[in-house]
Amino acid sequence: MRQLIFAFCIGLLPFAANAVEPDEMLTDPVLEQRAREISKDLRCVVCQNQDIDSSNAGVARDLRLLVRERLVVGDSDAEVIEYIRARYGDYVLLKPPLEPATYALWFAPIAFVLIGVFVGGGLLMSRRKQEAFEDLGSEDENTVSEILRQNEAGDAS
Amino acid sequence: MKRLIAGLPFIAAVIFGGFFLWGLNPDRDPNEIPSVLISQPAPAFDLDPVPGLETPGLARSDLVGNERPVVVNVFASWCVPCRAEHAVLTRFVEREGMRLFGINYKDKPEDAVKWLNDLGNPYERIGSDLSGRTGIEWGLSGVPETFIVDGDGTVLFRYVGPVVGPDAVERFTQALKQAGALPNGAGS
Repeated sequence: MRQLIFAFCIGLLPFAANAVEPDEMLTDPVLEQRAREISKDLRCVVCQNQDIDSSNAGVARDLRLLVRERLVVGDSDAEVIEYIRARYGDYVLLKPPLEPATYALWFAPIAFVLIGVFVGGGLLMSRRKQEAFEDLGSEDENTVSEILRQNEAGDAS
Repeated sequence: MKRLIAGLPFIAAVIFGGFFLWGLNPDRDPNEIPSVLISQPAPAFDLDPVPGLETPGLARSDLVGNERPVVVNVFASWCVPCRAEHAVLTRFVEREGMRLFGINYKDKPEDAVKWLNDLGNPYERIGSDLSGRTGIEWGLSGVPETFIVDGDGTVLFRYVGPVVGPDAVERFTQALKQAGALPNGAGS
C-alpha cells in the first residue's frame, strides 16, 4: 500500500513542473507576481488553448520575457497587455474585451437565460391561472365536500 | 403563442444545425490566427546580418521605397518545412522576379550559413533575429511565415506556414499578383 502511494506521488511529480523557468523570473517578488497574473491572461499562439504562463513553447517563453521586460521598464498591467495585443491582436487575450464586436459573446448567455425564464415562467403562470379560474362544477363540488367531511370525521375518531 | 412554443425546438435545431454545417466546412481552419498586421504599417526593426554571410542585414527602411511590393520570409535552418518552402521561394525569385528578404529566426549563424550554402540563397537581405524579438514585433506564431510589404511599408498579406503544395502556391501567387509584386509580363 505504501509503495502504491509512493508511486502515485511520483506520478504526480510531472504536473508540478512549471513552464516558467528560474532564469526568467524577476528578483522583485511583487513584479514577478504581476508578471504571472498577466501571463495567465495571455494565450500562447503556438499551443493556442494554453496560457503563456504554463506553455513550454519558444514563443511563449519570449512573450513571458517580454512581459517582464515591460514591467521592469515601469508599464502598468494594462499597458503590458496592450503592448502584446497591438502585435498579436485580440486573439492573444484569453478574456475577450468588451466591445461592440463581442457584445453577442458576452450578453448572449444572459439573454438566453432571460428568454428561458420569461418563456418558461410565462408558460407556467398561464397554466396555473387557467387552473385557478376553472370552475369545478356542482357535481365535483359535492364530491369534494363529501370527501372532506369523511376526512374530518376520520380525524376526530 | 402555443404554436410559437411548439416551434421552438425546431428553430433551435435549425440554428444549431446551421452552426454544425458551418463547422463542417473543410476550408475553415480553426487554428487560423487572425493577423492584426494586414493593412497596417510594418513594425520597426533593424537586424544585423547573419555573421559569416555576405548578404547584408535587414531593417524596416529596406522594405520602404521599393518600386514594387517585396516579400519578407521568416525562416530558420532548424525548421523542416522551411526547407521545402525554400525551393518554392527560390523559383518565385528566379522565374517570376519576386524580391525576397529574409528574417533568420532564432538560428545559429553557422547553421544558417550552411543551410543557405547547401540550398542556395535567394534572399537579397537577411536579418538575424537571434532573440526572437523582431518575430514578436511581426506577430509571429511560428516559422515559416511570409509577408508581402507594399512600397510605403504597409503589410498587404501574411501567409502562416510553408508556401508548399498547389493550393498554397496558388494562394500566394494570387496575393503576389494582386499586390503587384511581380514585374509585368512575368508570372503568366
